[in-house]
Amino acid sequence: MTKGEVQGIISNMVTVRVDGPVAQNEICYVRAEGVDLMAEVIKVVGERAYIQVYDSTRGLRTGDRVEFAGHMLEVELAPGLLSRIYDGLQNDLVAMEGLFIERGMRTAPLDYEMLWEFEPLAAAGDTVSAGSWLGRVREQWIDHKIMMPFMMAGRYEVRSVAPEGSYKITDTIAVVADAEGREHNITMVQRWPVKMPIRAYVDKPRPSRIMETGVRPIDTFNPLAEGGTGFIPGPFGAGKTVLQHAISKQADADIIVFVACGERANEVVEIFTDFPKLDDPRTGHKLMDRTTIICNTSNMPVAAREASVYTGMTIGEYYRSMGLKVLVLADSTSRWAQALREMSNRLEELPGQDAFPMDLSATISNFYARAGLVRLENGETGSVTFLGTVSPAGGNLKEPVTESTKKAARCFYALSQARADSKRYPAIDPLDSYSKYLEYPEVVEYLDRRVEQDWASMVNRSKTIVRRGKEANDQINILGDDGVPLEYHERFWKSELIDFVILQQDAFDKTDANTPFVRQRYMLNLVLGICDRPYEFSGFEQCATFFKTLINTLRQMNYSEWESERFAEYRKEVDDFINEL
Amino acid sequence: MKAFQKIYTRIDNITKATVTLTARGVGNDELATVGGKLAQVVKIDGGAVTLQVFAGTEGIATDAEVAFHGAPPALRVSDDLAGRFFNAYGQPLEGGEPVDGELREIGGPAVNPYRRKQPSELIATGIAGIDLNNTIVTGQKIPFFADSDQPYNEVMGMVALRAKADKIILGGMGMTNDDFLFYKHLFENAGALDHIVSFINTTEDPPVERLLIPDMALTAAEYFAVDKGEKVLVLLTDMTTYADALAIVSNRMDQIPSKDSMPGSLYSDLARIYEKAVQLPSGGSITIIAVTTLSGGDITHAVPDNTGYITEGQLFLRHDTDTGKVIVDPFRSLSRLKQLVIGKKTREDHPQVMNAAIRLYADAANAKTKLENGFDLTDYDERTLEFAREYSEKLLSIDVNIDIDTMLDTAWRLFAKYFTVSEVAIKQELVDKYWAGE
Repeated sequence: MTKGEVQGIISNMVTVRVDGPVAQNEICYVRAEGVDLMAEVIKVVGERAYIQVYDSTRGLRTGDRVEFAGHMLEVELAPGLLSRIYDGLQNDLVAMEGLFIERGMRTAPLDYEMLWEFEPLAAAGDTVSAGSWLGRVREQWIDHKIMMPFMMAGRYEVRSVAPEGSYKITDTIAVVADAEGREHNITMVQRWPVKMPIRAYVDKPRPSRIMETGVRPIDTFNPLAEGGTGFIPGPFGAGKTVLQHAISKQADADIIVFVACGERANEVVEIFTDFPKLDDPRTGHKLMDRTTIICNTSNMPVAAREASVYTGMTIGEYYRSMGLKVLVLADSTSRWAQALREMSNRLEELPGQDAFPMDLSATISNFYARAGLVRLENGETGSVTFLGTVSPAGGNLKEPVTESTKKAARCFYALSQARADSKRYPAIDPLDSYSKYLEYPEVVEYLDRRVEQDWASMVNRSKTIVRRGKEANDQINILGDDGVPLEYHERFWKSELIDFVILQQDAFDKTDANTPFVRQRYMLNLVLGICDRPYEFSGFEQCATFFKTLINTLRQMNYSEWESERFAEYRKEVDDFINEL
Repeated sequence: MKAFQKIYTRIDNITKATVTLTARGVGNDELATVGGKLAQVVKIDGGAVTLQVFAGTEGIATDAEVAFHGAPPALRVSDDLAGRFFNAYGQPLEGGEPVDGELREIGGPAVNPYRRKQPSELIATGIAGIDLNNTIVTGQKIPFFADSDQPYNEVMGMVALRAKADKIILGGMGMTNDDFLFYKHLFENAGALDHIVSFINTTEDPPVERLLIPDMALTAAEYFAVDKGEKVLVLLTDMTTYADALAIVSNRMDQIPSKDSMPGSLYSDLARIYEKAVQLPSGGSITIIAVTTLSGGDITHAVPDNTGYITEGQLFLRHDTDTGKVIVDPFRSLSRLKQLVIGKKTREDHPQVMNAAIRLYADAANAKTKLENGFDLTDYDERTLEFAREYSEKLLSIDVNIDIDTMLDTAWRLFAKYFTVSEVAIKQELVDKYWAGE
């Protein structure tokens, strides 16, 4: 293996004189004060390799020894990834001893002693290739497929598959032969370089189904497709994290990979604390059972932040290859972009806008492109849906990370400061936000079947009511309550009705936090029915009082359990009240 | 200083803040003395070592003596820290014996997130703008975003004394001497000096020295919270001057500035400090209350902006012209961790009462705009204005000092006085239980 010695140090960028070949993105270890610090090659100039160290470089000296590993940053993929809490480099944080993460501390990502009940799916004589299902084990309640390693190119013939029984992940569970007849032992564990997409699939069709989240302004107004991409930009305090946590709890996915990337540690603690206690409403199992957390909080080494999103995506792709529905969430991709900026700056590259690297946009696009619905070789489908948050500097959506992400993601959930200020949560702006999936004919068709006929046009009608209400409100603010026709007040209040009853949702109320589609359909029909009625108010005050009372009762409906007695009582109250008018 | 240390006497380059010389076997981040001034290694390029001189390079000659200490900056920690005032290097101010104790490197590693505990202990301050609307908990980090003319030091001092912390650690960066004396007298008069440790860099001291203050303060905080299991409250004022010092250094190091001339690493630099706030399983905790001064109330500037993304909320002070009092602004202030305690550690009606009051206060703000634009007010508008005046005076004002149940009762009384049940729009069960009307 190539070796080297430290020549220069600026913060976590170190230059190394090497004595042999090195590869771009190759992993190496710097020996400093008795511990090995992991690092990655980011540039090579002649005999000098520039490396970014995934740790503090305090005390590092010129002449310190460096050893190159001969591979890129890899993760280990095997049964046992679920319910784990990793750092960005796949160290198991739970297994780590001590209160502090001491420098150079590393822990094994998986349990190599644990036994899994293996059941073969392939048989001797089968032809297989990368990603083929050889067998399965039960991981939590997930059917975890044991696959041909993704690294193995070409076709192989299965010579033997282990019989049903208990095996460790490192045991050989199959023997396959390549075209030349050489035999390869296959175990349940494989490694994959995180920066390369896993391509063990036939093709990537357009998404056609909806990933249900239970969040009304998303599911009803701007739905996210299964295998789709979306992002949530918003100034601080607008509720990005609360929204993303709600989605991680409620989303209709088999697997959740949550990447806490350069954000607050206490927010991750909330997930550690809540998820093992909370039930997945669809399966009754604990939420933690279907979740893997990648955690690189803002005070952890900056370079590993970039790695963390790739590590999360790779784990997502691994489960997708088993035909599962995976949701990968990253909070926040801006922190990852900032890590890129810090390094680009130290490399003295010519800066782009706001000192971000010139290839920021390409890097983000490539990353988002790894999500998607895929058709596997055996005809099954699997998906990775990706939803990232963006933390725009100064809340300005014209900054480079937001703009680059807008090019890459198909759903845009703009959190608005004005809505957050008036405590209208979730603060998703109903007019600025969009979902391109509503324009896909296959999605519209799916909604017709899944929700109700012409659902998409009902959604568009609601959006129009909200838009007209906003225009009316602007006029009222300019001309005064008396200065506009009464109809303007009616328009405004209809939009308030949709805002308060459909778009606002209490993430901290047990019932209101999670609204299934059947309930969203019921409420939208009810609210649109109210909007469609003709009204003759005596004045704008009567109009305001009418809608305020209605909003209050409809909100009580949102707080009541679905189809409960109380729910029905409120419904009756609404009907009686309207009929009295 | 050790006798066998190698002394260098040839400096190659000098800038306003850094010197560069040829030296061997030097560690990154290591401390050194350059012509009697403390300095730290910030860059090594082959044999060339660049040192950042904290007190500035004025008067340093190319033949000045440079001695490397062989270790990064450190602080001696022991219980004797309590009651003492130190400079940015951890040396006692106003003379006095140095503290004897274990030497600890400052700016140590991060706590394993998995070893943290979810904060759940409320810090009662008696100020409704905080306790009712923006409840603070132990292990939280939250700054005051304030213009320089606002009484943030007074409010912070008041919060610190009422917070019932085991130790208060004050980190003063670019503090005026007057403010320093204010804190000193405040703590003295309260008889609290014995549980206060202060690290002070005043406006008279060199700006770059400030960079050491937060790490010094937090190393002391970690000693008391981790080793002694104490509840520690850290006050950092003013973090904007800290960021200014970062910008100076980054500029001298020829780094490409990003937004507002701040270094590209500002977010990480600030996060490293604020993330030291922690609730430990042992019961010990570090809570950080900081001050970020704004220029002309602009929160989109890089310093408040990055801070807002790191801290768990922010508190705004505002002068309320209707009542003539300083209030904690209910619209722009936010405590992210309040959800962990309100309605759980406090009365069940807390979350809904808080939201309803703020919504009605917002309606009053709209009514006020209408009034200013010369429009007629509705009866509802009139009532919201009345409500807002009383809400501001009885609850938001920082001179109110009451417990949380009294705050909630006061709010219900105001609701019943000015509004109908449907206008307040609170869950029916709570209305049935707490509505203060007949």
